[in-house]
Amino acid sequence: MKPTHLVGLALHSIRRNVGRSILTMLGVVIGVASVVVMVAIGMGAQAEIQARIDNLGTNMIIVTPGTSSRGGVSGGAGSMNRLTVDDAELLRREGQLLSAVTPVIFTRTRILQGGMNWFTTIYGVDTTYEQIRTWPVDSGRWFTAEELRSNRKVCLLGATVAGNLFPEGDPVGQSVRLRDVPFTVVGVLKAKGQTPEGSDQDDVILAPYTTVQTRLSGRQFIAQILASTWGKDDVPAAMEEVKVLMRESHDLSRGEDDDFEVKDQSQLGEAARGTTQVMTMLLSAIASVSLVVGGIGIMNIMLVSVTERTREIGIRRALGARRGDVLAQFLVESVVLSGLGGLVGAVLGVVITAVVGQVTGWATAVTTSSLALALAFSGGVGVFFGWYPARRAAALDVIDALRYQ
Amino acid sequence: MGTPVIELRQVRRDYAVGEAVVHALRGVDLRIEQGEMVAIMGTSGSGKSTLMNTLGCLDRPSSGTYRLDGVEVQGLDDDARADLRNQKLGFVFQGFNLLPRTTALENVLLPMLYDRRGRFSDPHARALRALERVGLGERTHHVPSELSGGQQQRVAIARALVTDPALLLADEPTGNLDTHTTVEVMALFQELNAQGITIVIVTHEDEVAVYCKRAITLRDGLIERDVAVQGRRAAEDLGAWDRTGHRPQVDHLPEGRPPGEPS
Repeated sequence: MKPTHLVGLALHSIRRNVGRSILTMLGVVIGVASVVVMVAIGMGAQAEIQARIDNLGTNMIIVTPGTSSRGGVSGGAGSMNRLTVDDAELLRREGQLLSAVTPVIFTRTRILQGGMNWFTTIYGVDTTYEQIRTWPVDSGRWFTAEELRSNRKVCLLGATVAGNLFPEGDPVGQSVRLRDVPFTVVGVLKAKGQTPEGSDQDDVILAPYTTVQTRLSGRQFIAQILASTWGKDDVPAAMEEVKVLMRESHDLSRGEDDDFEVKDQSQLGEAARGTTQVMTMLLSAIASVSLVVGGIGIMNIMLVSVTERTREIGIRRALGARRGDVLAQFLVESVVLSGLGGLVGAVLGVVITAVVGQVTGWATAVTTSSLALALAFSGGVGVFFGWYPARRAAALDVIDALRYQ
Repeated sequence: MGTPVIELRQVRRDYAVGEAVVHALRGVDLRIEQGEMVAIMGTSGSGKSTLMNTLGCLDRPSSGTYRLDGVEVQGLDDDARADLRNQKLGFVFQGFNLLPRTTALENVLLPMLYDRRGRFSDPHARALRALERVGLGERTHHVPSELSGGQQQRVAIARALVTDPALLLADEPTGNLDTHTTVEVMALFQELNAQGITIVIVTHEDEVAVYCKRAITLRDGLIERDVAVQGRRAAEDLGAWDRTGHRPQVDHLPEGRPPGEPS
């Protein structure tokens, strides 16, 4: 029999029992729909986390102070801070693979403006910070290299800080006080949102590191050095280069441990990414269970159908159908049944995903691969659960089948 | 004469029923030539169903040889026998055995769907012609439940004819029909036989046998009688006794057993 005949036959037989066929398909419809929805939610969450990681900056390398450990007692991260602005200068000068470098100094302080005040973190950075973190201004401008060189008391407000200190009105050109030092606001940064760990990146003030060092922190050592590479592929080699340069800069002899740490973004948000991956797998696994239950429903109905149609099988065999023809007929029927269910389920899944996204505001991502996978899976369910009934049909004895009442 | 349509030599068929062995056929020799119209008769338990299954390539003899239209059947596997049924045989059953909720036309198309040799270039036209041949050209799109018993049997005959089989094998074809319809169906068989189709009818009714040219009676797995039917009735004449309510007498088959005797 030709494949087109088999499919036609399957559709004919499904039409003959429309109500029952729909109820049978329902299991697969629900199974496929839930797999599509769950995967879409999981993938959406992963995409959002990836976006947040990219949001931290592109091709970024982070140098932080290392740990001291004397006599087996660890001092914890940063216990041996020897990072200096000179290190950053050296990396900038010597780093072949680095496109930009900035020192970062943190200090937490209260900021006053008129009657308002806000407690936040001030980052003392270089102008290159804009490029490394991909963080342009929303209004106003970035401070200039000239302002940096001459320790000017200028600053950029993060979106959260700007919103709190200047609920209405433009902060640009206004004066704010940081530890009683008046700073001029030259720009407001674009909102960046949360880090993968959930802290607000916009609750920040940026100022030239020179000014922060002399006016606010007064400390010689800096919290970290950020650098970016020319391309994404350069990151591993650049990290090696940074290590070599840093050891040189810190005059470390062979055998001495690094007194700094070099990280890249891949280590950031790894935990969060892992969690959502596990969640996606878990959700899909639970959804798959309903697909399997749907498959069992198909097997059940196909077994009933084989019994009901024993005589039909006998007639077909008498008229010249081989066992293989009968097997193919019932197998194709169950595949068509579950495939149709899969198709309806995929459409339903896309609709439900859209509704869930609208109602909850979660990021969702229905990918073609997840749809294809769900459809293939439903077809597979049809083959797997249709096999046994089809085998039963094919194994029937012609004479017995013809006599069956 | 050329190749016989059916040639059985010492065909035996034994079944194991629990511990016991039932000898359904005990060495049957039978030859049926092209163009014959043969009734195979016998009571339940005489072996006529087993013979019918053997002739229909639905069952294999335990021993002996069976040639159908020149093809050795006993050595063939399941698939080969399915193909042989498709090529050489047309079945007409007692219960019509049409597919329910399937139109007359689709039922007649059925055997051609299983053709593996590409013998039929336009199955649709063939099916229509077969239906016209049995007088159902007008009812091609009716499903069996919309047809009378006689019409359903005509669809079944059209389905059996559509592949130009070497043998038309009918198993109690009138068993579910009233007297009037029986005559109609037998008239159709006679008409087809007159066109050269070889027909074997398995029946336990003497009144069916009288339309055939030859009557074979089985008893206990052996052929008991094999006679030419004397004074064969033409179905057209029988329309008369149908109207008068006169039942035909099978006086030329004196040793025929009464039908329906328990086995």
